[in-house]
Amino acid sequence: MGVRPSPYGHTMTNRTFVLACLTPLFIFSLAFLALPLVRLFLESGSGEAGWAIYLDILRRPRYLNTLVLTVLVSLATTFAALAISTTAGMFLSRNRFRGRGTLLSVLTLPLAFPGVVIGFLIILLGGRQGLVNQLTPGHVVFAYSVIGLFLGYLYFSIPRVLLTVMAAAEKLDPALEEAARTMGASPYRVVVDVIVPGLMPALIASGAIAFATAMGAFGTAFTLATNIDVIPMVIYTEFTLSANIAMASALSIVLGIVTWALLLIARSLSGSTVAAGG
Amino acid sequence: MTLRVTNTAKTYPDGTKALLPTELSVAKGEIVSLLGPSGCGKTTLLRIIAGLETPDAGSEIWFGNDNVTSLPVERRKVGMVFQSYALFPNMSVRANVGYGLKMQKLPKDEIESRVTEVLELCQLQEFSGRAIDALSGGQRQRVALARAIAPRPRMLLLDEPLSALDAALREALRDELAMLLREFHITAIFVTHDQDEAMAIADRVAVMSHGHVVQSGTPEELYRNPNSPFVAGFVGNAMRLEGKVAGSTLHLDGGELALPRDGTGHNVFVRAEDVQINTEGPLNGKVESVTFFGTHYRVGISGIMTDVLTSTYAGQSAPKVGERVEVSIKPEALMLLPEGAEV
Amino acid sequence: MFKSKTKLLQLIVTLSACAFLLIPTIMSVMAGLTANYFKGISSGLTLKWVFQVWELYADSIFLSLWLAIACLIVTLIIGLPAAYGLARHPGWLSRLLEEFISLPLAVPGLAIALALLQLYGSMKGFRASWAFILVGHVLYTLPFMVRSILAVLAAIDLKTLEEGAASLGASPWQRFRDIVVPNAMPGILAGALTVVTLSIGEFNITWMLHTPYLKTLPVGLADSYASMRLEVASAYTLVFFILIVPLLMAMQWASARAQRITK
Repeated sequence: MGVRPSPYGHTMTNRTFVLACLTPLFIFSLAFLALPLVRLFLESGSGEAGWAIYLDILRRPRYLNTLVLTVLVSLATTFAALAISTTAGMFLSRNRFRGRGTLLSVLTLPLAFPGVVIGFLIILLGGRQGLVNQLTPGHVVFAYSVIGLFLGYLYFSIPRVLLTVMAAAEKLDPALEEAARTMGASPYRVVVDVIVPGLMPALIASGAIAFATAMGAFGTAFTLATNIDVIPMVIYTEFTLSANIAMASALSIVLGIVTWALLLIARSLSGSTVAAGG
Repeated sequence: MTLRVTNTAKTYPDGTKALLPTELSVAKGEIVSLLGPSGCGKTTLLRIIAGLETPDAGSEIWFGNDNVTSLPVERRKVGMVFQSYALFPNMSVRANVGYGLKMQKLPKDEIESRVTEVLELCQLQEFSGRAIDALSGGQRQRVALARAIAPRPRMLLLDEPLSALDAALREALRDELAMLLREFHITAIFVTHDQDEAMAIADRVAVMSHGHVVQSGTPEELYRNPNSPFVAGFVGNAMRLEGKVAGSTLHLDGGELALPRDGTGHNVFVRAEDVQINTEGPLNGKVESVTFFGTHYRVGISGIMTDVLTSTYAGQSAPKVGERVEVSIKPEALMLLPEGAEV
Repeated sequence: MFKSKTKLLQLIVTLSACAFLLIPTIMSVMAGLTANYFKGISSGLTLKWVFQVWELYADSIFLSLWLAIACLIVTLIIGLPAAYGLARHPGWLSRLLEEFISLPLAVPGLAIALALLQLYGSMKGFRASWAFILVGHVLYTLPFMVRSILAVLAAIDLKTLEEGAASLGASPWQRFRDIVVPNAMPGILAGALTVVTLSIGEFNITWMLHTPYLKTLPVGLADSYASMRLEVASAYTLVFFILIVPLLMAMQWASARAQRITK
């Protein structure tokens, strides 16, 4: 049996072809991701404080307070989003009714909204000319406070958590809930004994996603947090206003490692890809 | 406890009639099987009895003297074994079996002793501390059963309890399940699409088709006296003999057969085990296929009717393909079912 | 009784969440079409603000569209062969590479942008060109393209298909063209729509990389929120919604379709 001649058969083996396929990716990520990140890291130690700058973050109240506030707002966002999205997600995946698709679209729509737009929407709700201020007699403006920031973060966290929870809920055998009920479990016990344990990997994963996203959110903070120090805003002002490039770099590295580690956990638990952004 | 289901039907919001108005009675301690092909409404009926589906208005379900029609599932006190077993993966075997007792808010030590008792009954003692995903299919099936009976339910409902197992294991567990159910002395209903399973386990079988019960009776009754071509075909794979009935004679392409009585207006059915290949017989055909099954051969014979007639042959050496054979069928083995009955 | 009460509670939470997400969106749309927002809808509906946005920001809209298309082309050129390479060459090195290019999903865009600025900020020609912003967009969207294709390639039995083609005499390139690309199409489509949608909405990296002469749509939005009257800002947001919402829906449809294959 003769081997049919092939135009590349002699010049290119399968292995070299596969390696050639990976070359553009390799060059691009080396030039625009690996090298810049190395530079960022080196820059963080080039300030007056040297590598002790990482200790400074914890020692100096300005940075420490920022860190604590950012973590607190992010935690609050995470738990609120988990509560709301799990309830809505279970409801939408366990019930079929007219309008379900519409509700689902509305709840996932903000996935592609940039953080700045979400900031603006919160201003429309709670700004000086906002809805709440118009409807209530007093002077209720919360858009530029921590509450506004929390609501903004919640706005982009709800869809992300919802999608992860729903994907897990679809995989949860409905017979588990039914089994618990045949044995006399109340709806509350069904939630505690069956649904929450069944969804636990997804809850941890989406919680980590929500937390990481909130920690790193720049767009929303940029619009709302003119008077609030959260890490992304401090990085931005250190870099542009104070020209404290070393500190901006160090904070970026710390923030990056935290969010990356959290999302690594999330992905190992749920196997899904959800972008941090907003 | 006796169960009485009257005028019970289920229509889905999209108009699908999953269950037509159905009557069913189950005596205390009786084991009844709902048998039928997929989509016949058997699982729907079981879920309505459990309280997992709401039946149409007018339906009534009685547990003894209680009308439970509007009672939610968690207060009906039924034990259910699910097709997927639905064992809680976040709990050990022991915690699964004890869950129903915990829901009844029994004291801890009573739960412990009753769980131990049930685990022993189901021969699960050694697995009591295991996680669910460390169990084999057969072990899971027993845990599901133990979990369902531990709270001493009024009735045990089983939804295709053996279908998640592979064929060899299924047969072994079938007899074990039949034995256990009798040990429990409990009213039980179980759903299956497997006639062998239904016959092996149940005291009484209700054959279902297209949303209603076609015939209900002991396995022997259904086998000997099916009331419709469907039951004849589904229970014991009866074949229709396609021929012309004239008085008490059936005229086939390959010869004539005597009927047990006047067959006017009836179709004639027979089972493969009653088709005998003899040295002489009233029918004459040609061997089309021979399949060896260890205990017997299955021989396909053409020329007797339009379709191939199948015979179960238990002799030492089967006839060869292409050979001409004589076939006889005893008159009492022929089943006469009225024409126009539901197919 | 209790069952329906729980359901009611769930419904209320679901509807409240919908209201929270939808009401400000509707307000923004209305504000963009109202003659005077402070006087309310009674002041009349108008397209005046939309036209004004067009005059002020048409450049930014076109830049965003152009960037999205360029970003799509680059991610396809790099991502398609790379996904194939990763699928055919599984192992720790491929996992590591995949993990590494996914960094921009996890690390905040601000950090990525700072890193780029510090290494390439001094290259004036590059720094001032649209290609600099493009690099940021490609960094951010490339992992989506690669993973979307990779998921589909992992679900079909690629190796056997290719061996089948090879046994019929197809060269590596012919197999890539005739077997890999057509079978990866659902993943390519989902990835492409994701790339375009994300590129058009990208703000965090772009804000740091942009120059006064190169403003993308979201950068222009931030600009209008800070300096324009509410009606103009709203009208601009409306234009953005009109662009992004159909894309998002197409993206979700394509992703669901690709996911059915990977199951």
